[in-house]
Amino acid sequence: MPHPDAISAASTSGGALLVVAIVLPIVGVLLALALGGRHAERVALALMPTLLAVAAAIALCVWRTGEIAQYVVGGWAPPLGVAFRADGLSAAMALTTGVVATAIALFARPAFATAPGGGETRGPLVFWTLLIAICGALNAIWFGGDLFTLYVALELLTFGAVPLVCLDGRPETIAAALRYLLFALFGSVLYLLGTVVLYGAYGTLDIVLLADRVRAVPISWIAAALMTAGLLAKTALFPLHLWLPPAHAGAPAAGSALLSALVVKGSFFLVVRLWFDVMPGLPDQAAAQILGALGASAIIFGSVLALRQARLKLLIAYSTVAQIGYLFFLFPLAPKSFVAASGAALAWSGVAWTGGILQMISHAVAKAAMFMAAGLLGEALGHDRIAGFGGVGRVLPMTVAAFALGGMSLMGLPPSGGFVAKWLLLTAAVAEGQWWWAVVILIGGLLAAGYVFRVLGPAFARSEAPITLRAPVSRQREAVVLALAVCALLLGFLPLKASELLEIGRPDTAEVAPR
Amino acid sequence: MTATTLFGLCGAALVGLGLFGVVVHPQPLRKILAFNLLGGGVFLLFGAIARRGAAAGMGADPVPQAMVITGIVVAFSATALAVALVLRLFEATGGASLNSDPPRTEPAAGPDG
Repeated sequence: MPHPDAISAASTSGGALLVVAIVLPIVGVLLALALGGRHAERVALALMPTLLAVAAAIALCVWRTGEIAQYVVGGWAPPLGVAFRADGLSAAMALTTGVVATAIALFARPAFATAPGGGETRGPLVFWTLLIAICGALNAIWFGGDLFTLYVALELLTFGAVPLVCLDGRPETIAAALRYLLFALFGSVLYLLGTVVLYGAYGTLDIVLLADRVRAVPISWIAAALMTAGLLAKTALFPLHLWLPPAHAGAPAAGSALLSALVVKGSFFLVVRLWFDVMPGLPDQAAAQILGALGASAIIFGSVLALRQARLKLLIAYSTVAQIGYLFFLFPLAPKSFVAASGAALAWSGVAWTGGILQMISHAVAKAAMFMAAGLLGEALGHDRIAGFGGVGRVLPMTVAAFALGGMSLMGLPPSGGFVAKWLLLTAAVAEGQWWWAVVILIGGLLAAGYVFRVLGPAFARSEAPITLRAPVSRQREAVVLALAVCALLLGFLPLKASELLEIGRPDTAEVAPR
Repeated sequence: MTATTLFGLCGAALVGLGLFGVVVHPQPLRKILAFNLLGGGVFLLFGAIARRGAAAGMGADPVPQAMVITGIVVAFSATALAVALVLRLFEATGGASLNSDPPRTEPAAGPDG
């Protein structure tokens, strides 16, 4: 974010939209809880497209003005008050949240329906309420302007996500939810400790003010280390990934999609905020290489374990562990401060920035589609053992096609969003002389191809025995999943101009010059 | 040693004890208690910082106090959610340990996952 002088302490014209994006879901949660029963579903279904529209309006506003949209709550300027801000990155993430959450809501309708005239059941009420709550918490994370607001938003996100894991109440999912919660609480208390240290050292938690005050002294490093470690536990970066596969695989399909596509991105987004916006003055070469190395290990381990899974949902969950790894290449490849940077190296760091963020968005869309496709397959066949998928591609072509399109994005096959993201990261790695990341990206792509084809191979094979579906699959749900998978594909066709949105609010080179 | 330093050191000791408990104890209930200890240490540290940053004429910086109150509410809700999950786990399995089910990644790779 730019220098404090560049941003006034007043709300901008589009700032009120940010409050709408956060307050609407909170009102929605209260309404859904108060009205209960079928109304919870109606509230959620009405709210998701509304939030999408609000996110689109915010993105349009940021795009048009080319500046950060800001809302100062109650007119109290930071450091006394609290500000909400939307830069290009937040706007893009809010838009992604809107699209994915709307698709998930449409997909989940039959699975979490309350029969007309039937009584209220716990599953649907909890699911729809939590769906709204997670969207609200995510919007608060994208737009939060100070570190303590972000802490509260992070905790709200955890409280919304954990019960989704054990929605069906089986003992193993309860255990998975408990393990997830313990990891998440550990992570958030470390984040809070780092926040406390920062407040003690600099007397403010506002991101823009902090960016100007943070110096490269030991206390900043301690705070950065505590907060990063906490957020990594929540993002499930290797080796803190143990909670993720059972939790994401155990949740109902719509819940898995929400968790894998959006929830893990919330804490990753905060790592980006921390290193690029809160502490632009901290030289980070060593830390960035460590984060990149952890990401590389995540790609290799996650992909190899995905290859070894017998169940589809676990395979997709391990692939999430692997795809999270790519995101962390952002730190070594898009360093924010160059001690002796030439213009060319700086241009490449911009390429890596776009690639990393595009990976975050395209993984969200593709993974949601894949988890929902897996859910449809599981419902239709009554199991999700990959060995039993022979010939299912003939019976459910739309679902398997959606899975394949999502898989293309994971592998990085052109023309998908994942391809563009990985290609940008790859070229940046080679151009910056950090070729070892490029090698890992290529190996990760091959391994991803391996585990996606492990599913597609039997699915498209000719089966001897005709497949009998246990339950009919609604065409409408298949269409929703396919539409989302096509979105993941279309991300690859985004014009280059769209990447300028992600640059809005980035600090200029002069502003992050080493102090 | 001033009172502020003493409080700060106590907070640091609580954080240390809590971290030890969260990492070492396998039982979820003990982990939850250790998490609360850890949280208490962080809040005490925040209080000490508020005291240190007091402006002229004021007893303490009020901003951290407001944050501590919010933090306590959040920690309380987290504990409630965690205890509820432990109770559900106990009802479902008759035990509340996380070690009985596959804690690592390998067992999931079995023929039936």
